[in-house]
Amino acid sequence: MDDTGSELKTVRLRSPVTTEDLVGLEIGNVVYIDGLVYTAREGVYKKVVDDGTPLPGDVASIGNVNFHCSPAARVNPDGSFEMGAVTATASFRFSKWMSRWFDISQAKVIVGKGGMSSADYREHFVPRGAVYLTTVGYGTGALLGRGIRKVRAAHWLDELGIAQAMWVLEVENFGPFLVESDLAGNSLFERENAKIAANVERLYAGTRPATLRRYGETDRREDELI
Amino acid sequence: MIPIETIHATAGRLMSKAAIEIPDDYLGALRDMASTEKGPLSCFVIKTMLSNYDAAKEDRRAMCADTGVPRWYVKYGNEARVEGGPVALETALRRATAEATNGVPLRPNRVHPLWRTDHDNNVGINAPEIEYSFHPEGDWVELTTVHKGGLFGTDYRMLFPGDGIDGIKRFYLDALLAFGKRGLACQPAIVGIGLGGSKDTCMVLGKQAACLRVVGDRNPDPRIAALEEELKTLGNEVGMGAMGFAGSSMVVDCHIEVGYCHTGGMPMSVHMFCLSSRRACARIHADGTVVERTDPQWFTEYARRETVEWTTQDQSSRQSG
Repeated sequence: MDDTGSELKTVRLRSPVTTEDLVGLEIGNVVYIDGLVYTAREGVYKKVVDDGTPLPGDVASIGNVNFHCSPAARVNPDGSFEMGAVTATASFRFSKWMSRWFDISQAKVIVGKGGMSSADYREHFVPRGAVYLTTVGYGTGALLGRGIRKVRAAHWLDELGIAQAMWVLEVENFGPFLVESDLAGNSLFERENAKIAANVERLYAGTRPATLRRYGETDRREDELI
Repeated sequence: MIPIETIHATAGRLMSKAAIEIPDDYLGALRDMASTEKGPLSCFVIKTMLSNYDAAKEDRRAMCADTGVPRWYVKYGNEARVEGGPVALETALRRATAEATNGVPLRPNRVHPLWRTDHDNNVGINAPEIEYSFHPEGDWVELTTVHKGGLFGTDYRMLFPGDGIDGIKRFYLDALLAFGKRGLACQPAIVGIGLGGSKDTCMVLGKQAACLRVVGDRNPDPRIAALEEELKTLGNEVGMGAMGFAGSSMVVDCHIEVGYCHTGGMPMSVHMFCLSSRRACARIHADGTVVERTDPQWFTEYARRETVEWTTQDQSSRQSG
């Protein structure tokens, strides 16, 4: 983003990507993508990972960049598609599918909202040479919408609906994204959380816990909450 | 008599405007934050969002693809009459919601909670919500649509009078930290706080405080206004900016609405209206004139029911004394 006047390092990636393309990425880098990106979230994961339905194409035809996304899209009467804005959905909910998904799809890049835990990165991403890119904002839907050149396919649209279908997109200068996890499994969010944590004690200084507590604040259900 | 087609056409325009155009008050505040934010990542995010607003307006596409869950706030002037009555008005709002979902397009977010049935038009059982208020005079109807994100940034807690202002601050900080990390609240946000009322009222007031009051607006009670300022400052001192990156841009503004509650309690709700604070409003007059704006002006003296029409015991004893 030149007009942001940012000092952040910017990288262009072409999808399908190779592990070599990802070697130089560092957390906090700005990334734009050209080539093929597809959407897949719980609807597709259930269908492919849980139910064993084969993917509709190989890496050459769908790419290896998985966007955790539901588009604001319309299906025209002639069967063509109108894609207005696209933004990511929160990824942490998809942890349980990721290992099997990587093995089946050969995905190398996950693009989503909010990242996943560093445990997820270590367990699922690092062994498979995959990185996580987070969308920016959140909600750069219009900028990302501009980067879509063409909807190549919308798989399982009737069955899964617009929000959960697998949209295969041809994109150009699609971004910006930020590298949240690199090939080593470092997490940008966790690094930033640690900076903020240093201040928390001072913020809460002098305040007392609420008179009436809630389960969740204690994990012992035999505890009383008062 | 307000023609029903004017209601329908205006509702359609508002749906589109809310999804595409960031309101000026929020935009101005975010530009200010772009100039004060020192955290490089947080600042990058804010500046990117500013260019996203431009792209949305230029291309007439939704600024964020999670176009939230559309809802309606309707205010009737006391003399207003709508062709076909309130049922026709509701039908028009539901139809406009469905048409705009397909037209803009918006994301069809609304599904059945259990069966996940999606009509692909943001209309379904009890959706979109339509809330009403009234004004003591006027032959107009005001429509406000809000498309608020639906997953993160809201919480409720039953506090007690003994928890005091400190208890309010603590729960407020809890909510900011819980939903601010990784930017789940899509901050910088307009934070709305409901204090008092019954539990449902507390939630409604807090949500309306976040979604229906513009940046810079202050509660008419000067002590509550001071608390709004204090909580806004406190929120920006958490150390967190956009996307949960280190910075100072968490709270664009803080609005508090209160309602009388049970003498033993002090219920509190927190709501965060995100980087795509989608709201649009119009007043439709009896002669069919439509005036659009972005400030819903929802909270008036009448809407807050600040007055009582009889003399209270307290006042009469003071008068006789």
